[in-house]
Amino acid sequence: MRLDAKIPAGPLAQKWDRHRFETKLVNPANRRKYSILVVGTGLAGASASASLAELGYDVKTFCIHDSPRRAHSIAAQGGINAAKNYPNDGDSIWRLFYDTVKGGDFRAREANVYRLAQVSNAIIDQCTAQGVPFAREYGGLLANRSFGGAQLSRTFYARGQTGQQLLLGAYSAMMRQAAAGRVHLFPRREMLDLVVVNGQARGIVARNLLTGEIERHAGHAVLLCTGGYGNVYFLSTNAKACNVTATYRAYKRGAFFANPCFTQIHPTCIPVHGTYQSKLTLMSESLRNDGRVWVPKTPGDKRAPTEIPEAERDYFLERKYPSFGNLVPRDVASRNAKEQCDQGKGVGDTGLAVYLDFADAIQRDGKATIAKKYGNLFQMYEKITGDDPYRTPMMIYPAVHYTMGGLWVDYNLMSTVPGLFVLGEANFSDHGANRLGASALMQGLADGYFVIPATIGGYLAGTRFEAVTTGDAGFADAERQVAEQTRRLLSIGGKRTVDDFHRQLGLTMWDHCGMSRTNAGLERARAVIRELRAEFWRDVRVPGSAADLNQSLEKAGRVADFMEFAELMVLDALARQESCGGHFNEAFQTEENEARRDDQNFCHVAAWEFTGEGRDPNLHKEPLSFENVQLTQRSYK
Amino acid sequence: MNKTINLTLKIWRQKDRSDKGRFETTPARDISTDMSFLEMLDVVNERLTLEGREPIAFEHDCREGICGSCGTMVNGRAHGPLKGTSLCQLHMRHFKDGDTLTIEPWRARAFPVIKDLVVDRSAYDRIIQAGGYVSVNTGSAPEANTLPVPPELAEKAMDAAACIGCGACVAACPNASAMLFVSAKISQLALLPQGRPEADRRALAMVRAMDACGFGNCSNHRECENACPKEISIANIARLNREFLHAGFISHET
Repeated sequence: MRLDAKIPAGPLAQKWDRHRFETKLVNPANRRKYSILVVGTGLAGASASASLAELGYDVKTFCIHDSPRRAHSIAAQGGINAAKNYPNDGDSIWRLFYDTVKGGDFRAREANVYRLAQVSNAIIDQCTAQGVPFAREYGGLLANRSFGGAQLSRTFYARGQTGQQLLLGAYSAMMRQAAAGRVHLFPRREMLDLVVVNGQARGIVARNLLTGEIERHAGHAVLLCTGGYGNVYFLSTNAKACNVTATYRAYKRGAFFANPCFTQIHPTCIPVHGTYQSKLTLMSESLRNDGRVWVPKTPGDKRAPTEIPEAERDYFLERKYPSFGNLVPRDVASRNAKEQCDQGKGVGDTGLAVYLDFADAIQRDGKATIAKKYGNLFQMYEKITGDDPYRTPMMIYPAVHYTMGGLWVDYNLMSTVPGLFVLGEANFSDHGANRLGASALMQGLADGYFVIPATIGGYLAGTRFEAVTTGDAGFADAERQVAEQTRRLLSIGGKRTVDDFHRQLGLTMWDHCGMSRTNAGLERARAVIRELRAEFWRDVRVPGSAADLNQSLEKAGRVADFMEFAELMVLDALARQESCGGHFNEAFQTEENEARRDDQNFCHVAAWEFTGEGRDPNLHKEPLSFENVQLTQRSYK
Repeated sequence: MNKTINLTLKIWRQKDRSDKGRFETTPARDISTDMSFLEMLDVVNERLTLEGREPIAFEHDCREGICGSCGTMVNGRAHGPLKGTSLCQLHMRHFKDGDTLTIEPWRARAFPVIKDLVVDRSAYDRIIQAGGYVSVNTGSAPEANTLPVPPELAEKAMDAAACIGCGACVAACPNASAMLFVSAKISQLALLPQGRPEADRRALAMVRAMDACGFGNCSNHRECENACPKEISIANIARLNREFLHAGFISHET
């Protein structure tokens, strides 16, 4: 099968306009006849649900939480990018496009990224109109701040709670449609399988998390807006419910999985401090606007940070990257922190941390100004660690945060299964091998508010649909498989808990498929994952029943999928014999320890096709062609 | 810094909606003071699982104080003893070795218990559906800077918008009133020019929905403000009352 990205012809800046013109439309009166299933209610799912319902489609929306407002987009802190150029500092759609492609280490599609930059401004307009309380200047106009990977200010923000405010905006727009009867909400549902009929995605099977009932839902198209898979590492900044199940089950039903090894390790997180720890907490990248990252110059220096004189500190990001300084992209900042710790210069009890110091900023701008910008983050840091960052520098260390990989989609956001669309973090499309800060919110909302409403009509109008009901064999088959897995999980009655297995899987992935990778380590990880998976199915203990709220059972199903998916990540990492962005194979680095790409052989999207249980997947390659930017070694010096 | 403590938990167990429920006493041993409250419950649940008993059902997700999933009463206080802190951000360093902790679900007629510490908060979604939005379809928004908003108003709106919808205000209120939750949304949108055109209709509809869901009335106990993990001010309730009265007496909305 040849992957056709369906990128429109013509000059980059005209592709989206041209595509929208050439795409078939669905007559307003006919839209209500089409039923769209939206899985997930984060930024992508909520904005898509609202926008499609406004157009007149019949929308059914599913979420795993008790309320759609709790989707994990809510935890995004720093901001959302747009090319408004309000600060008059030289921004443009082209520059946002260029920074994003370069930030992704030239492993994203030009056309998709350009479209993202094009619609970025309309997102800000939309959210502002919804009543999102963005930060404002004294004159009442919108304020901007800087983020990593850019030398200008294009990030809009609502304190350190931008994701929360944008999500509540999208959620409220969706609730307005729910009140109007155009969105039918199904909370506390977990999608457990995709139903494909005659080669088209025509429904889902979902578990009602309260009653355990397996429900069948049919529609004309399915939108997966189910986020990323960072929790494969157990410890990540993702919320506990984040999982790969929906996308992985779709992969097993024929959707190709693209670039699964592209994982973002975020440089500024609160370091790990105990084996009981259940998750990691991000400290927004915006802190790097004013915080200075440093370690002691001498390895093993155990003095308190305030006792280490200026001359004996190494502000390593400022030293190595004078033009971007502390605002280098995330992958670069993370790798450098690791490098310092590997040299024995790490600080704190574990030696796995570097300082993020606000002393200079507080002296320069005053405590009040810093508190206004970052107050809630400082407070959160103090709650977790018991240290006051106004008086002593924060300690930070990289942690898994976001996954650039995801289901492969074409320019219309459709996967390799006709009728299955994938939006937001769940797809692979816009961030290449590394996502820049404040771009995830932009992409989720771009996909939901502006891209899918334009592209889904083309599919619906151009497709013949047979009548499909939930009584069809495809639904029965999917339900049977789901019920069988549940029965199996509950019947093992072994000696290890789900979390115990998950933690071990996570450690293996972190050690061998994390911030830096080697071929030997990856091979080893593959073997360990296989053993662990076999042991899981032999010795896991899942208490309770299938017929009520059973959180252990929910977790067990998700971990079972992570156990398989982890191997796919490792395979992908092994197949990509280069370093790029967040994928750093130690064998491929420049003399200055930066990622060394191999554009000759790996300038492609790796898309994996499921071929059956226990069989190796097939690798398909979508070549990436760059007609508008020049492939260069990324430099932030 | 890092030390361990032993605790006794008196924890609410309830099989389902129709079960009467009861307190169960169980130990929490070797709890690191660096753990969060939910991590302490994780440790207890791991033990219960291995002992062949059912773990305690409790709601949680982001574990960084923003999703609003978590929350229980701890010794009679919503989200526990620390002010301005959700349960997931409460760390065990705030407890002493040998303490007994009574852990219960939110108690309110409008929040029926589903299982153990998990309650049904769908009433909040029904209230938002009644009018907690600005009616603006995708694509019809004006350019963002055409409508300047004085920063002090934007800040006040943001203070109100910080609500995480956890339900602590209802749980803490002797009347199980949802006024703080409702007023936070009404205030956010009433303060901003974008929300003004629908302000009257919104105030009437949301208050009506709140009543229909079975929440009680506000009688100024201020327990909600005290329990709120985001420290939402009851000044918002005063604003809600003004908006509601204005809508009822002066506007044409019914």
